[in-house]
Amino acid sequence: MTQPILHIDQLGKRFGGFVALDGVELSVPQGQRLGLIGPNGSGKSTLVNCICGTLQNESGSVTFDGKKVDGMPAHKRTRLGLARSFQLPRPFRSMTVAENIRVPLLYTVNARPGSHLAHAELDDRCMELLGLVTLQDKASKYTTDLTQVEMRKLELARAMAAEPKLLIADESMAGLSHSEVEDIVALLIRMNARGITIIMIEHIMSAVMTFSQRLVVLVNGKKIADGNPQDVIQDKDVVGAYLGT
Amino acid sequence: MRTPAFILTLSLVGAVLYFAFRHVGNDYLFFAGYTVLQYIVMATAWNILGGYCGYVNFGSAAFFAIGVYSSVCLHTIGERVDDLFPDFLLAPMHLIFPLPLPVLVVVAGAVAGLVGLGMGYLTLRLRGIFFAIATLALAVVLETFVANWSFVGGSRGAYVAPPTEVPFFGPYIQFLFVLMLVLVVAALTTARLIERSRLGVGFATIRDDELSAEASGVPTLRLKLIATVVSGALFGMAGAPFPYYIGYVEPSSAFNLSYSVNAIAMSMIGGTTTWAGPMIGALLLSTLQQVFTVTISSAVNLLITGLLLIAFVILAPKGIVGLWQSWTSKAKGPNS
Repeated sequence: MTQPILHIDQLGKRFGGFVALDGVELSVPQGQRLGLIGPNGSGKSTLVNCICGTLQNESGSVTFDGKKVDGMPAHKRTRLGLARSFQLPRPFRSMTVAENIRVPLLYTVNARPGSHLAHAELDDRCMELLGLVTLQDKASKYTTDLTQVEMRKLELARAMAAEPKLLIADESMAGLSHSEVEDIVALLIRMNARGITIIMIEHIMSAVMTFSQRLVVLVNGKKIADGNPQDVIQDKDVVGAYLGT
Repeated sequence: MRTPAFILTLSLVGAVLYFAFRHVGNDYLFFAGYTVLQYIVMATAWNILGGYCGYVNFGSAAFFAIGVYSSVCLHTIGERVDDLFPDFLLAPMHLIFPLPLPVLVVVAGAVAGLVGLGMGYLTLRLRGIFFAIATLALAVVLETFVANWSFVGGSRGAYVAPPTEVPFFGPYIQFLFVLMLVLVVAALTTARLIERSRLGVGFATIRDDELSAEASGVPTLRLKLIATVVSGALFGMAGAPFPYYIGYVEPSSAFNLSYSVNAIAMSMIGGTTTWAGPMIGALLLSTLQQVFTVTISSAVNLLITGLLLIAFVILAPKGIVGLWQSWTSKAKGPNS
């Protein structure tokens, strides 16, 4: 068996006296679509932040693509192929949609040894990525003119621009309508078909169930369930965590 | 316009200005012009960190003062070579000192750039108002240090007597004016190069959203350090000729908060997103200040700065360049 793309070993993080993550173990094989759920405050976003380097874990370790990345700043992890979208879209507001996409192209793709995109190639790549999320008509618009769903798509396209091996989509559907959710799920599945491993964090269960090949549940900073989605949602502990026992 | 053409155009404008002033034949024009040019360099320098990256440096006067005092220090060494060096070093030292002013400018730039690097490491974790306070505090620390350093005059201040005449230029002030013109060209070219490069894109991402920038592969800390170094170096270079211009410097004038405030106000009034903004702001505000100094009083200077700053923050937060851009885009039609 090939080595997992992401391996998390006994990951721990606390904020003062509050234990946000407590010995989380997770191994994600290449190409998997993993759903990560958990009640509010269960540590999902902290886990994402520790994987991506926005926060640094205090104990345990994160191994990405065979490399230990503990202590590595976020931008280096992105360059290794670990991309993320943010829970609340965080576009570069002084730039147009196309310019937003150019940033990871310039700083991630062009920063890798042996790859250099010339001007024309950059523009082509921008349009290709925007085409992927059907935003090509908005390329020269400023991000303030975008709707919520377009903003989420931009967020995903920008993450994709970094040519990731693993994409973490942190609640990229919160606040969207039913059809928009389906739109984004289809988009994520398309991305996965291109060979990208995807971890999706989500509250919308229909989306999670359509998307996930495997489901992990986090409660109070601990992993309480991991496995086939159908089995996991019937798990006694999981039902207890959501509904109270 | 390509960079060489840009440099050539600026140099031509500078040359025209110089010969026009010379033609008028009043040295006061050079004195006033020097100050305006100095503020163009300072506003441009401030904008590289403050405008492009969004980090408001309130202690920028300290970098100016570092330039001033590195010149004072080297000038003093030049005057006291016989006391300071052992006998066997006297002959070579007499060859080296006194250092020509352009060399002092380069040294001042290097020293201020290094201090910028140090300051960056210490303060760049902070954002917004906290960063501004930290830089202000750093300025106070440096001022106290200089005020207690008797070699450069301490709080008594230091006299620097410039030569009265220089070859070709005639009066020394004309030489200083041309030197400052060169610095203006250098500063504007640097700012414009940054703006159009990958570095400029990176700076803009830092200003917009640092977390997103990191997630997009932008090495934010390194870029911010580059910005503080370049900004600090330009401030230092603007300060280096100052003792020769003014003749006497003391800490409270070299570290004067009004330098920081003016540099900020000029960038804001002109517009912080392009190289032209600080230049326009400095030209406008500094020229006004010079006019009011002569016609009313020098005390009215900061009042002008304050009033204009308030007016612009309320009426045109993107500065003159922003106003211009919104006018031209309206003229082109709503779809563009």
